[in-house]
Amino acid sequence: MGDALLTDRLALDTVRSQFPVLAQRIHGAELAYLDNAATTQMASPVEDAMRAFEQHDRANIHRGVHTLSQRATDAFEHARSELKRFVGAGPDHELVFTSGTTDALNMVAHGLSTAGHRPAWLQAGDEIVVSGLEHHANLVPWQQAARRTGAVLRVLLPDAQGRLHAADLRRLLSPRTRVLALTACANATGERPPYEALLQLAADAGALTVLDAAQAVAHGVPDLSALACDFMAFSGHKMYGPMGTGVLVGRRAGLERLEPLRYGGDMVAWVSAIEASFAELPARLEGGTPNVAGAIGLAAAAGFIQQIGRDRIDAHLSALREHAAAGLAALPGITVLSAHSRASAIVSFVADGVHPHDIGTLLDQLGIAVRTGHHCAQPLLEHLGLGPTTRASFALYNTHAEVERLLAGVAHAMKVLR
Amino acid sequence: MTPETAAELDLYQDVVMDHKRAPRHFGTLAAPTHQARGQNPQCGDDLRVALVVDDGRVRDIRFHGQGCAICIASASMMSEAVLGQEVALAQALQGRFRAVLTGQMEAEEAHLGKLISLAGVRRYPGRIKCALLGWHALMHALGSEADHADKPPEATP
Repeated sequence: MGDALLTDRLALDTVRSQFPVLAQRIHGAELAYLDNAATTQMASPVEDAMRAFEQHDRANIHRGVHTLSQRATDAFEHARSELKRFVGAGPDHELVFTSGTTDALNMVAHGLSTAGHRPAWLQAGDEIVVSGLEHHANLVPWQQAARRTGAVLRVLLPDAQGRLHAADLRRLLSPRTRVLALTACANATGERPPYEALLQLAADAGALTVLDAAQAVAHGVPDLSALACDFMAFSGHKMYGPMGTGVLVGRRAGLERLEPLRYGGDMVAWVSAIEASFAELPARLEGGTPNVAGAIGLAAAAGFIQQIGRDRIDAHLSALREHAAAGLAALPGITVLSAHSRASAIVSFVADGVHPHDIGTLLDQLGIAVRTGHHCAQPLLEHLGLGPTTRASFALYNTHAEVERLLAGVAHAMKVLR
Repeated sequence: MTPETAAELDLYQDVVMDHKRAPRHFGTLAAPTHQARGQNPQCGDDLRVALVVDDGRVRDIRFHGQGCAICIASASMMSEAVLGQEVALAQALQGRFRAVLTGQMEAEEAHLGKLISLAGVRRYPGRIKCALLGWHALMHALGSEADHADKPPEATP
């Protein structure tokens, strides 16, 4: 049964026991942590893996001939291969550790818009297409890349319900389209665009394709082996892993096109006093000492997800989202964004005449943690004619009882605040 | 059902909710002498305050925009408190209100009048900026002339 987590209280208790932070009271009420799209909590096995490294194997990588350095290097490279496997990366792919999705997306936008040993991929008059669903992290770097190169930024706008359509992308693509930057799940609305088809269309038109998988990697993980995707970015802290860790994974040919963002040790092949040549991938894009324990924790998080089972997690999260979306939509004065969206763990809503901050404060009083505001997606909310929203987002440890508390809490807040 | 929480007593007193539901002096002025805009990019709160200042006194005031209950109620009470007052008194009141919210002055010693109903905001660090937004715009407006007041002031306290 796909939704065993949902029905088997014992299994859910076991999962929750691996997240000690959940067992606390906030303002006297049990914590209901529903801000997982901002950051998930970290699983104990992740912490264990990181601690084991720090206590037994810590040394700098790729440098020493001594035993600890070799162990650290092996652990780091093992983490890399585990994560490649996790996202379906093959021999034509490579994976680079970053400090998070923002870092990874900046590496791509910078790398395609800056000349190095060869001219930049983006030239004046070229076109960059970004979707209107993007987080600022997959928009602002492209604005800057366009400014730097004289390329033109085009926006694939969603319809009034927040959906993206392949037909609209087809109309936007031109022989000058060089990049499509797209999210796998909109953090502000929970919309899950048909990214497989959209990436394919752009690739067929000769563009490089960039997928922001930050909100998809903890459930419905994109499978690179089946995607027309040159670059995919995600963060560790949204998949039960450590903060300040992330990944840029993609086709080697695409990654090789990137001018490095950071020059320094470890990313060079040969250095003289006046010039340097760069190392092969992935080292070329990993200048400086990386967060080795973080990489190990990130791989442990992927292992944790695998062990629980992706299908079980996906089914559980969809059910929670559906429960919340239906319950909220039934409350007077509440409008759920992207109410149609399935395969999402985010439910975002607006309330008639009531500001999200006030709802957020009252929910916090009941021990319920949600996010309020623009969610770093101001242009999208403006396009939909909306202001800030209240957003609840789920992780595998959340329960239907917590959804019920959310619904009661919102109903109560509406009563107080309207 | 759900019992009354501390926030309802601290933040959403009847007088606050009354000002939120029916903000005073909400709107625009035809010929302001001073105006400014306050924005909080984190939450999207956005207020404009317009004044007629004559002979060192606030002769008229309007505000409009959007914000949470705390933000709107605070701006509404501010408009009542400073209308007809000398500019120096309005500035002094802002100073005391701010000092109370940031924990530098006891509410009972600050002579806040009706504004004391917002003193509970000091226990909610994330919400202090909401209560101060209108006041920031007011201070910024008083510090600048009407024609070049389109630039948003610093939004955080």
